[in-house]
Amino acid sequence: MSTASTTLPSAGPVVGSRSFLRRLREGDEIVRLITFLFAASVVLITLLLVFELWQGSVLARHKFGFAFFATRVWDPNAGEFGALPFIFGTVVTSAVSLLIAVPLGIGAAIFLAELAPARVSDTLEFFIDLLAAVPSVIYGLLGFLFVVPLMRDFIQPRLKDSLGFLPFFKGPAYGIGFLTAGIVLAIMVIPYIISVSREVLLSVPRDQREAALALGSTRWESTWKVVVPFARTGIMGSIFLALARALGETMAVTMVIGNTPSISASLFSPGYSIAAVIANEFTEATGDLYPQALIELGLVLFLLTFILNGLARILILATSQRGSGMGNA
Amino acid sequence: MNPRLRWRKFVSNFMLTMTGLCAVVAVSVLFFILGYLVYYGGTSINWNFFTKLPAPVGETGGGMANAIVGSAKLLALATLFGVPIGFLGAIYLAEFSGSKVAFVVRYAADLLNGAPSIVIGMFAFTIAVHPFKHFSTLAGGFALGIMMIPITLRSTEQFLLAVPRNLREGAMALGASKWKTIATVIVPAAYRGILTAILLAFARVAGETAPLLFTALGNRYWSRGFNEPTASLPVMIYNYGLSPYEDWHRQAWAAGLVLLALILVINIVARAILSRGVSVPRA
Amino acid sequence: MHASVRPAVSVNITPPVITGSSRETAAPAEMRMTVTKVNFWYGAKQTLFDVNLGIATSKVTALIGPSGCGKSTLLRTLDRMHETVRNARLEGEILLDGKNILDQDVTLLRRRVGMVFQRPNPFPKSIFENVAYGLRINGTKLPMADAVEKSLRHAALWDEVKDHLHKSAYELSGGQQQRLCIARALAVEPEVLLLDEPCSALDPISTAKIEELLVQLKDLCTIVTVTHNMQQAARISDFTAFLLNGQVIEFSPTPHLFTKPTDPRTEAYITGRFG
Repeated sequence: MSTASTTLPSAGPVVGSRSFLRRLREGDEIVRLITFLFAASVVLITLLLVFELWQGSVLARHKFGFAFFATRVWDPNAGEFGALPFIFGTVVTSAVSLLIAVPLGIGAAIFLAELAPARVSDTLEFFIDLLAAVPSVIYGLLGFLFVVPLMRDFIQPRLKDSLGFLPFFKGPAYGIGFLTAGIVLAIMVIPYIISVSREVLLSVPRDQREAALALGSTRWESTWKVVVPFARTGIMGSIFLALARALGETMAVTMVIGNTPSISASLFSPGYSIAAVIANEFTEATGDLYPQALIELGLVLFLLTFILNGLARILILATSQRGSGMGNA
Repeated sequence: MNPRLRWRKFVSNFMLTMTGLCAVVAVSVLFFILGYLVYYGGTSINWNFFTKLPAPVGETGGGMANAIVGSAKLLALATLFGVPIGFLGAIYLAEFSGSKVAFVVRYAADLLNGAPSIVIGMFAFTIAVHPFKHFSTLAGGFALGIMMIPITLRSTEQFLLAVPRNLREGAMALGASKWKTIATVIVPAAYRGILTAILLAFARVAGETAPLLFTALGNRYWSRGFNEPTASLPVMIYNYGLSPYEDWHRQAWAAGLVLLALILVINIVARAILSRGVSVPRA
Repeated sequence: MHASVRPAVSVNITPPVITGSSRETAAPAEMRMTVTKVNFWYGAKQTLFDVNLGIATSKVTALIGPSGCGKSTLLRTLDRMHETVRNARLEGEILLDGKNILDQDVTLLRRRVGMVFQRPNPFPKSIFENVAYGLRINGTKLPMADAVEKSLRHAALWDEVKDHLHKSAYELSGGQQQRLCIARALAVEPEVLLLDEPCSALDPISTAKIEELLVQLKDLCTIVTVTHNMQQAARISDFTAFLLNGQVIEFSPTPHLFTKPTDPRTEAYITGRFG
């Protein structure tokens, strides 16, 4: 079947005086067509996804408009759908998780990239990558059966005793709630911050560090005052990436947050997140408006993670380009 | 040594220790999780676990045989659906396409990759469950397969592109057509990376729970064929973990251990394959 | 030309001062640094063999030789920068003002022996902050702005940047960036300034400016420079060391080395027969 073609098949559009059918008989054209269809299906699936999210929420969007995001009440039985509790819960748990994960993660990344010998760094990074592979439901299991009792019996009472005057630590402590969810999320996103930040730090040109050392800096000074500032956009990028991951986290959060659409200043209070409410209520959602309201929440989540991931990528790219664009006349 | 220098050196050593501590804490979480699962779940991994169906609520002695088989079916479907799309799509991107099309496809794949799994679950519901009015293993496989596509696509493309020019040109100079070159020279040269990509994608979706909640749902009994809802390991872990029963908690730990062990082993094997490969430089 | 490694001709580490017409006593020049019996390994591979050298105070010493001869390696031992690389091992003695630098605190040493690198590498900060960096970590007696101005003047950059001190260093041209790096190094008032092929990444005009600068800086500190460019060495240095395969083949006052080289290998290199 294979014909001996005298011209190399090119990657561009096939211009031909030969008829389409004849070209089709040549193996290359068929393979090209088939692989194109598969590649196109990726685009098709993505477009379909966005379309379904958009269309599937049309009723809800038209009915609520932007007030959807400001309404506090979520009462499906009464037909009231306000997204605020879920947005609040998502924001609070993500913020708590970043507060914990960012210092720890960047600290670890600095150690791995700047201070540790290469073999130690590679070994530890190997384990960090494995940590990133642990599924959400297992974090949730440990969260519910280990972290929650720990919070309830040890940590929350102590926080109440010492910092109970703050609004963050008031109210009954059941172990579940915003704080616990934030802590579990922190553990889940640390590997992302570490591995991306480490790579970004490793990509800083070595003569930056050497210049700092040659001026009589200590190792920490050269790291903290020169290398880290050089890499700061990339490190920001790693934080955005971690945030995107935290926003979309479903299982671990729903197992420890309490699944109650409440808004409270106290971190001990049970709450809800966007992903968690979708997971819990989507299959039970009756009527027309209810599922659409949930799909609208899904659309919001999708858009948020899309923006964050896009920004993250730009920031990380910016640092590596800076490394190569140095010292140009 | 003046006091100022002494202080600066102290700070330097102190921060070295502190950051080292951060790294140690982060890594020890992994061992803690493993240890916990082994301790609490190890004893519950027995013959029953692998062969029995879940016992009625409140009774002990059940197992997760249906969940194990269910997960196997789901992952098989996901691989059958997601890998060909990712693999063949990558061939198109690496070997045939122009840069504009390539950009669009890559962008779509990245979008898909970044979408939260719960959103993918909702999407799979509207496509594969709602029109048919019932949950099914097929729908679950579809949801997981979608998640395998971007990882397979991007990695395969990278490894195909990394195959050195002279290999391609050598084959074509001998008169091989493009597709023959791809099939007999390029893909084999990149096989390590491609295999790794598939394994990592597989490991990633093996632990996914959220998409299954709306597609395969769950099942306390055997699921026949592919058109019925099915139990799966991740969903069982979720349900049993949240339940009030001690016995179910133990089984959840056991299931967690099995699942995590599977995922970690695949990850380690995938990395080992890649590090041995000298044929293709890492992208 | 022998390719095999011969034991180095015993070099005179106290180069005689070639004076001008006035006949001063040929007292040995004062040595700011002395390198004695230095051997260097990178992993299992030895790259410097029995190096003996003297760096004369307030003079410019040039290290020349073909690629891979070890001149940069040698330069980097003088401020212990070789220690930033794993597997680097040094044996021998390097004295700064009579005291072995290998026994001293390295952070202190690097304040006294500064370095300028081959490619300009300013920090991602403003011009002012680049120069101020060393002052901020080490402390300074002068007010910061005055100290920064002083360094920039020494580096012949002040007039060009005085109105733009807070702009990013990256907005400067390559030649200006390199002078900024020199200012940055000078800010901490080093006794010795090491320059590793400082002009190799620059255009001829910038090169000329920096060459001029280096000759002027002699009064401020001792200069050691590695260069690929023999004419440059001949133009600016007082003493030149010729290295080949990790050994110092010849070391003498510059005019002497370039007009009446003692070793045939030196002559071969200078006349361009290799390298």
